[in-house]
Amino acid sequence: MNARAELPLHAPGTQVDKGYIGQSVPRENAKRLLQGRGSYIDDLRFPRLAHVVFFRSPHAHARIRKLDLAQAARQPGVIACFDGRAVAEYCTPWIAVLGHLKGIKSAPQHPIAIERACWQGEAVAAIVAESRAQGEDALAHVEAEWEELPALTDMRESLAGKYVIHPDLGDNVCFKRELVTEGFDAAWAKADIVVEESYKFGRHTGVTLEGRAILADYNAADHSLTVYHNTQAPHMMQDIFSRHLGIPEGNVRVVCKDVGGSFGIKVHVYADEMATAAISVMLRRPVKFVADRLESFLTDIHAREHEVTVRLACTKGGDIIGFDLDDLTAIGPYSVYPRTSGIEGNQVVNLTGGPYRHKHYRAKMHVVFTNKNLTCQYRAVGHPIAMALTEAIVDRAAAEIGLDPAEFRRRNLIPDDAYPYSEFPSGIKFERLSHHQCLDKLLALMDYKELRAEQAALRKQGIHRGIGLAAMIEVTNPSPAFYGVGGARISAQDGATLRLEPTGMLTVMCSVTEQGQGTDGIFAQIAASAVGVTLDKVRVITGDTGVTPYGGGTWASRGAGIGGEAVLQAGRALRSNMLDVAAAILSADKAELDIVGNEVVNKLTQEPKLSLAELGRIAYFRPDTLPPKFQSELTVTRHYTPRDYAFTFTNGIQASLVEVDPDTGFVKLLKHWCVEDCGTVINPMLVDEQIRGGVVQGIGAALFEECLYGPDGQLLNGNMADYLVPMCGEMPDIVVAHVETPTKQSALGAKGAGEAGTAGAPGAVMNAINDALAPLGARVTVQPATPERILEALGKV
Amino acid sequence: MKPPSFAYARPGSLAEAFDLLERHGEDAKVLAGGQSLIATLNMRLSSPAVLVDVTGIPGLAGIAAAKDKVRIGALTTHRAVERSAEIGATLPLLAQAARHIAHVAIRNVGTFGGSLAMADPAAEWPACCVALDAELVLASRAGERRVKARTFFRGLYETDLKPGELVTAVEIPVPGKDHRASFMELARRVGDYAIVGVAALARAGAGKSGKALTDVRLAYLGVGPTPMLATQAMAAAEGKPAADAAAAAQAALDRDLKPTADLHTSAAAKMHLARVLTGRALAALAA
Ligand SMILES: Cc1cc2nc3c(=O)[nH]c(=O)nc-3n(C[C@H](O)[C@H](O)[C@H](O)COP(=O)(O)OP(=O)(O)OC[C@H]3O[C@@H](n4cnc5c(N)ncnc54)[C@H](O)[C@@H]3O)c2cc1C
Repeated sequence: MNARAELPLHAPGTQVDKGYIGQSVPRENAKRLLQGRGSYIDDLRFPRLAHVVFFRSPHAHARIRKLDLAQAARQPGVIACFDGRAVAEYCTPWIAVLGHLKGIKSAPQHPIAIERACWQGEAVAAIVAESRAQGEDALAHVEAEWEELPALTDMRESLAGKYVIHPDLGDNVCFKRELVTEGFDAAWAKADIVVEESYKFGRHTGVTLEGRAILADYNAADHSLTVYHNTQAPHMMQDIFSRHLGIPEGNVRVVCKDVGGSFGIKVHVYADEMATAAISVMLRRPVKFVADRLESFLTDIHAREHEVTVRLACTKGGDIIGFDLDDLTAIGPYSVYPRTSGIEGNQVVNLTGGPYRHKHYRAKMHVVFTNKNLTCQYRAVGHPIAMALTEAIVDRAAAEIGLDPAEFRRRNLIPDDAYPYSEFPSGIKFERLSHHQCLDKLLALMDYKELRAEQAALRKQGIHRGIGLAAMIEVTNPSPAFYGVGGARISAQDGATLRLEPTGMLTVMCSVTEQGQGTDGIFAQIAASAVGVTLDKVRVITGDTGVTPYGGGTWASRGAGIGGEAVLQAGRALRSNMLDVAAAILSADKAELDIVGNEVVNKLTQEPKLSLAELGRIAYFRPDTLPPKFQSELTVTRHYTPRDYAFTFTNGIQASLVEVDPDTGFVKLLKHWCVEDCGTVINPMLVDEQIRGGVVQGIGAALFEECLYGPDGQLLNGNMADYLVPMCGEMPDIVVAHVETPTKQSALGAKGAGEAGTAGAPGAVMNAINDALAPLGARVTVQPATPERILEALGKV
Repeated sequence: MKPPSFAYARPGSLAEAFDLLERHGEDAKVLAGGQSLIATLNMRLSSPAVLVDVTGIPGLAGIAAAKDKVRIGALTTHRAVERSAEIGATLPLLAQAARHIAHVAIRNVGTFGGSLAMADPAAEWPACCVALDAELVLASRAGERRVKARTFFRGLYETDLKPGELVTAVEIPVPGKDHRASFMELARRVGDYAIVGVAALARAGAGKSGKALTDVRLAYLGVGPTPMLATQAMAAAEGKPAADAAAAAQAALDRDLKPTADLHTSAAAKMHLARVLTGRALAALAA
């Protein structure tokens, strides 16, 4: 990878305590993980541990005529076999709807299907065995008879109601939303130019290194359940296990071990995981389930799958008047609990046209049920769709008018001095964005003019290069407006507890979790900076409902912005308490003291006065030497909830340079740039790698990844050979740079960065391909843009 | 994805291996590098009772180059072929093809003989062996026999191997001095099995209008149930200068190849891509 174009310096005016913030310090847990000494769910060994495997429906839609588990139960090592009815006695079903998504509906979903399976891969029986291998052996002895039902795989047929998957719901529409701004028709009528195009976005999934895993350990002695779970949201899961299994919340503890990537895949309630927990209760012993790769493809949530038509109206001068959107998306047979599968489509409606200052908007969006695996929130939820269709149609408009795509964007991006901005037609509000600064920085970074000249010269030699731009906005740091207001018991608040240990070490406990992205590392940086200790003194504990404060966990680019602020505030408070102790020990004035480099120092002279180890020793072991009535408080907890805005939007812009081989349809990714503004950059190295990883997943969507289904609803490529995750061999250098516009809502000023790369990359790559194809009169509007689809666009096959 | 349980044997000689194969018959499966076989076990696509690991048998690995023939032992790894100076000098087609096989970690373990026995129609070695007119050495209790690569591959994952028989080596005639080789393939990602590939070989000599190609050999992967020797296209290109040879071969290719679609690519697109690669490979041979 390239050297960074520019070291992001600490943003002027940020209210953070200096120290490590803004520094690329290596994270503490990297060594452990890289040496293979991480500890994952599958590493856990418990006495009497049982393993559960699932007998899954081979059909996309079928009634279970007969399910005979007797033979399976007799196989070596088998402990018990259960069908859906048996498990339902211990775990109540769920219906994933949210109050603020008006009209959203879904059907009750059980941990194990009862009577009917609605997608290929849905669990219909569980076999518990002494080992996973024995369980798999026994699967072959399950006797099932099926009555196949018509499988709905096409979303248009679903919308048209060819069959109704859940007859009680009346139709196949899970959720729909329509929106039109006042005066839309009149404004639209005045347009000089209207461009229209339709796009298709394939279904894909987030392939995590570590599969979904859960080890549930029910203890009948005290009616308690400890769940080791690689979830992103331990407190949410604590609440859900408690309510659906009928165990008091206080008796349920959720512990995350190391988590091998999540990307949103692990923030949902999975039927087979609920079944595992229920079976632990039923058998009164620890039970483990680890999804293997084949199960992951069949049951980890999928994402995207949209068919969209979008229109853009503008003046002949190139000013955008408005957007008109019609989005159709399919989610499988159930809305996913508890976040629902309506959010992605809702986001597309909210975010379309996002970077621009048009005033008019009309949108129509339908979310429909199909007999494929469930879809739900995956990294950048809705953004890749909204950004790609916006940026593709913007390029069409620019071409129509004859304006350079960069120039067209400059004309229409919301001006940097227009904030706070509440005129965006979908109703979302922006605190402060930096579109123009980002655009300028990007064009300079990539040497846009020079690249265009080179492109023109190469075209004469028959080399087809394309340059694609994609401006973007991103939802981060969500307030309770995301889920809480809709009735979901998902915390929008997070908390941090900081404790000074007697040796002067600092322990940080935070409700945001670590999935491999480095959250623990930045919490250490913030805590060390706020308190005044060196990084080696800090230990971070996350992912344990029995230990950390209550909070939301990791999703929606919220860890740094929300959890980080809680750590900062707790750190400041602890520092103040530590200075109280120091003042008492030294009989000095607190105002004259400071903490720097693990020492209490004189604020003016920086002269060391007292080491923190000494402070800790006295506070904990010799408080008798302190003034009477003085009580030290060396553990502090603080919480933070963003309240001023529903979401703290970030912005950025990406560019992709590709070369298309018009004979083969192959696309070579030559380079990629991203300039983004996540507010305060806490650790440039981590942010850059978040961006790069996100870009790679976005490129996956644009070029490689697609869950292919046959007309009968069979997943055709559910393995790592046939489902093409993006790999390093094809990835370009990704140049990352930042503009820092800290949010004023918090002292830390950090916004989210985890999803920006994924949000913008598909649009940038699609635009680059189409720029390369333009002289050949072809356009691809389907993602992923496979060689076959490009050849089709070129009329060669 | 746990394999069904199996017994494991690691014979120290061919005779011992033959004993085991005879004793267990259909229940036994030969294990070489395991890079194809183990995956099929984990996915429960096959469930042999006994794996006979042949990697402990001495003398089955290694490359021996004679003047007109190169002998590659069945247990020679892909990586060993890739890195062999002798192969680079005598059979550049193999050297070019090797780096397209999977990833380094797999090439370090997977074997030449295993790839031929597996007979994946999209694999590189089978197509190369067909283009080079290689001969497989097969051994069993009954003794040794030799089969041309061009007849060894009989259908999808189907070969001329008989029960109890092992591939022990492959003998490849070294093409003449003025022969040139070109291996090309199109894969979505580095290391993937190719959508289509071609192993091309020809003598590039002086002709009336520039270099003419003679002894043209074109073997394709990924476009049929076996590696496909394109005899019609070869005949059409024979004796022509590169540009004409390419056009003629491309026009004739329909008669040689009847590709079927794979998950990501239609039959028509495969045919189109095979033509594109034909043109490029023949151009490279003449360059
Ligand atoms: C991720 C991945 C990507 C891959 N990509 C490619 C690719 O792009 N191109 C490619 O060509 N291959 C690819 N392969 C397969 C790889 O090349 C294997 O090494 C090869 O196909 C089989 O060789 P092996 O030694 O591993 O055989 P094994 O897996 O041990 O055996 C394969 C089969 O051959 C039989 N067999 C093996 N040796 C003998 C013998 N001496 N005599 C008789 N029968 C024998 C076995 O019984 C078995 O049926 C890939 C593999 C993986 C895991």
